[in-house]
This record gives sequence, C-alpha cells and structure tokens, in this order.
Amino acid sequence: MSISLDEVRHVAKLARLELNDNDVYALQGALNSLIGHFSDIQGIDMSSMTPATHAVDSTNVWDEDLVSVDFSREQALSNAALMKAGLFVVPTIIED
Amino acid sequence: MSSHLESLVDLSAVDLGRKLRSKEVSCQEVTTAFLDRINAHDAKIGSFLALNQEECMSATKEAQQLIDSGEGGALCGVPIAVKDNISTKGLETTCASKILKGYIPPFDATVIKAVRRSGMPILGKTNMDEFAMGASTETSAYKIAHNPWDLERSPGGSSGGSAASVAARLAPISLGSDTGGSIRQPASLCGTVGFKPTYGRCSRYGLVAFASSLDQIGPFGRSVEDVAELAQVVTGYDPMDCTSRELGPISTKDLKNGSLKGTKVGIIKETLGEGTDGSVKSVFESAVSLLSQAGAQIEEVSIPSLNYGVTTYYIIAPAEASSNLARFDGIRYGPRSEGSGHVHMVEKTRAEGFGKEVKTRIMIGTYALSAGYYDAFYVRAQTVRAKMTQELNQAFSGFDVLISPTSPIPSFKLGSLMDDPLALKVLDFCTIPANMAGIPGISLNCGFTSGLPVGMQILAPQCQDEKLLQMAYCFEQTLPTILAWPDLG
Repeated sequence: MSISLDEVRHVAKLARLELNDNDVYALQGALNSLIGHFSDIQGIDMSSMTPATHAVDSTNVWDEDLVSVDFSREQALSNAALMKAGLFVVPTIIED
Repeated sequence: MSSHLESLVDLSAVDLGRKLRSKEVSCQEVTTAFLDRINAHDAKIGSFLALNQEECMSATKEAQQLIDSGEGGALCGVPIAVKDNISTKGLETTCASKILKGYIPPFDATVIKAVRRSGMPILGKTNMDEFAMGASTETSAYKIAHNPWDLERSPGGSSGGSAASVAARLAPISLGSDTGGSIRQPASLCGTVGFKPTYGRCSRYGLVAFASSLDQIGPFGRSVEDVAELAQVVTGYDPMDCTSRELGPISTKDLKNGSLKGTKVGIIKETLGEGTDGSVKSVFESAVSLLSQAGAQIEEVSIPSLNYGVTTYYIIAPAEASSNLARFDGIRYGPRSEGSGHVHMVEKTRAEGFGKEVKTRIMIGTYALSAGYYDAFYVRAQTVRAKMTQELNQAFSGFDVLISPTSPIPSFKLGSLMDDPLALKVLDFCTIPANMAGIPGISLNCGFTSGLPVGMQILAPQCQDEKLLQMAYCFEQTLPTILAWPDLG
C-alpha cells in the first residue's frame, strides 16, 4: 500500500497545507513509511469486536442553556492578527 | 545565596511544603532558590521556553498569606513548572510551535486554576515536542531539550522539559500531558516519577488538544508522594470538560497504607520481546526480583494486541489531531501569512507555522479519515483499540497491577533517531495501551544502566488511581533509591 504524489497533493488540499514540490516528495516518503505498517492490523481476526469510539463508556452530557462570561470580547480578540470594530478580520470570501 | 537556601532545591516537594508550613523557610526564599538555579543552569538543559519570574514572585506573597493564616495545603508555596500546551492566563502558551508564537491565553486551564488556588507559584512554561508530537523534545520549534543525566542525550518526550526540569532540580514538581506516553516515557528517561491518571479524572479544559480521546494531564515529581499530592490538587470533576468523570479528586489518604505481600503483579510478556534493549531488561528483571523478595506474587501475562498498539495509535492520534489542529488558521490567534484570498491565506499560514512532524501527522490523519480509507484504517484501528481494552481488562481480573519497562531503551543521543520515522515511534510501545484503554499508569525509576535511568511502568484498572499510587509507593520503598540527582556544575 502506498500513496502517490497526486494523492499527497490532494490530502494537503484537504488539510489546508500549502506544499512546494520538495515538501510533496518528502511527505510522500514519510507517509509511505507509516502507511506501509497500516497493513499490520488488516489481517487479525476482529470479527467479535465492535469499534471503540472512546476509552471510557461515555454518555451524553446535558447542560442548562445558561450564558456565562469567562472573558471579555476584548480578551477574546486580543490574539487576533487583525481585528476591526470588535470583530475578527478575515480575507474577503464573497466578492461584490 | 547561603548554602541553607541552595540546599532547598534538593528537597522533595512535600518536604518543601512541610518546611514552609513550619516557617523554617519563606515562600519567597523557596521560589527564589529555584529561579536562581534556572537562570544559572537552564541554558544547558533547555527545559523552559518562558519564565514567569515577576508574576511568580508576586504569587509567593499570596501563598505566604495562605500559610500564615493556617490554610496552606501540602504543596502551598511550592513552585511548579508547567508544560507549554496548558493554558496559563497572561503567560505565553506556544505548544513549542511557531503557529502560536506570541499567543497569550485569556483564560486559565482548570488545572492551572487549581494550582493557583493551592498557592503554587508558576515558575514558567516547559519545552516540549511541537504540539506534543514526538518522543524526544527535538521537534520543538524553539530549542532542543537535554537530559540532565547526560547532556548529549534526549530527556524523552513529548513532556521532555517538564521531566528534565524536575530531574535537574530546576523545579520541585511539574505538569505534563500524556497522549501515548508523553509523561511516563520522559519520566523514565530522566529518572523521575511521572503519572497519567485515568482518562477523565483530570480536566482537559485548557489543554491544547492533540488527540482528545487519548490526552490526559498529569504530574512529574522526584517521589511518588510528590506526584500523588499534585494529583490530588489537579484532579476532580470539572463541568467544563464533558469527558470529566463525576469523581472527587484523587485521595492521598491511604497512600502509605499498602503492602506488597500477596499483591498480584502481572509482567506484560510482550514488552520484554526483541524490541526491548537487553540492558533495560536486565535492570527491570533485577527490580522484579526485589519486588518478589518483598512478597509480591509475580507472574507473566500475555496481551497479544499490544503488538498492534503503535500502528493503531499512529492512525487514531493523527486522525484526531488533523481535526483538532484545523483551528490554527491565522484568524483568531498566532501569526497570519499573506495569501491571495481566504483559503490561500490559511494554507500559507499553516505551511509556515507548523513544523515537519506536525505536518506529517496532520497529513496521515487526513488521509486515514478520507473517503475510501476511513473503514480500512480508522474504523479498523478503533476495533483493535476495543480489543486491546478487552484484553487489558481480562488481565486485570487475575492481577492487581500490571508492570513493564516504561521505555524499551534508555535515553538516546540527540539526533540519533530523528532520521528514522519509526524508531522514535516505537519508544511508546509500552505506554500506548494505557491511553487506548483510558487506564492510569505511572513510571518510576527502577535502576540504572551505564549511568542512565531505567523506568518501570505500573498500570491499574480504570479509576483505581489511588490503588495504583499506593502500589507505586510500595514499589518505591522496595526498589533502589536515587541518592544523587545530576550535578549541573
């Protein structure tokens, strides 16, 4: 089992990572060395098992729908690269 | 500084607490002794990414007031080092990544609130593998950490700074996080005690998420009693973490009331196979003999699915990480790169902000969760996880605790494993199962090989944290004691 260069580029797009050609080749090698071992768990008998989703038995947790203020708007914005009028600034997504 | 104050760094956290409460020393003197030692020696170790000197000294005044009013607990006034992936209000928290450079959290993690309430001044933030992805503290974007026992070797990881700072007596006690062994493995390589509680006993609120179903915060110390006391401070139910167990804090009441006589101890057979270094096996087996002489009933037990643990982990953890790390997009925190449009800006910010190991794991996780591979990889791995949990539970029906070496090898030369992607990953072979099954695990020193510490791991069933610590305390009384911690000159 191995991953092609095109698949590396596709996965990078899904993961929102810009890669140059050198990165693509390097990641192909790194991914293939790991993916090669994924087949280790394909052959074992797991017919009696159902997949775990968590380490412990978890149940849904319901909370009252109450507003609590842990920090102010200014504090929430304090680490933003760009802010304006109390809001995060993002690049334009929809043009006029 | 007088030798009386210099010797404070030699004391355990619990002994420091006693001296503080009996007014033999002041909180200011204790914290100053550790800050002076950090300033004198940490350039050699690289265990701290940021120091918190000013706020730390001001916290000593509040701690002293607690002690003077008779309200100070066992660790009141004892300073602490904190891994850099745990949010500390007003103190930079980077996860050792460039993508969080300059990030000042507007809130405290629940464990940090508890630490502050208990009057423990925070010395600073400790070095780690970037986003806790690594086993050597070499993937830190800022600097490499060194093992105090041999500066040319790694302290392990990912909580390498937290382990090294305690072994080097730069901090009496510290906090780390453990996703596949990141507390226990560096504890083993640095000769300290490192404890990962049962999943859900210690709130993850404010821990920057790596793999949420596996992550757990826990303490490092130079004795079992120290980590038990810190565990008591930081554990307990937290409504801010929806996976928090509705159990009280870990109690230390019966810590010293255990006995090895008649205790059923299972040695996990798979951890003593070909992958484990002969010198580690030899130290481990000598330690087992001492436990046996002290009355423990010791037998081997097989957990076959352990052989698939590393593979399973390297599907599940990156899958969760690929989702958790999607939040780093240059909008709400961290530096932002210029790009042509929204998507390009995000892609460029992440390409420039994340290091090589983090990118590799995000890619692996995204691949394992993508259409066509989800069932073959992710669902399959979760099934193996269920099997591993079942086999561990079966083993606990015949034994009180299970033991193994913590790490298959002792500390290794810095740089020696970085070119081999799998060599570093198999270092977590013995520790991964506890995260998979959500059970508590602890590592404590059981001897040395060529001057390097060797750790023994003890595992207990879910929620039997108190029993595990009690057993670890018994083991500690039986196994050789570290008489001299590394001298940093």
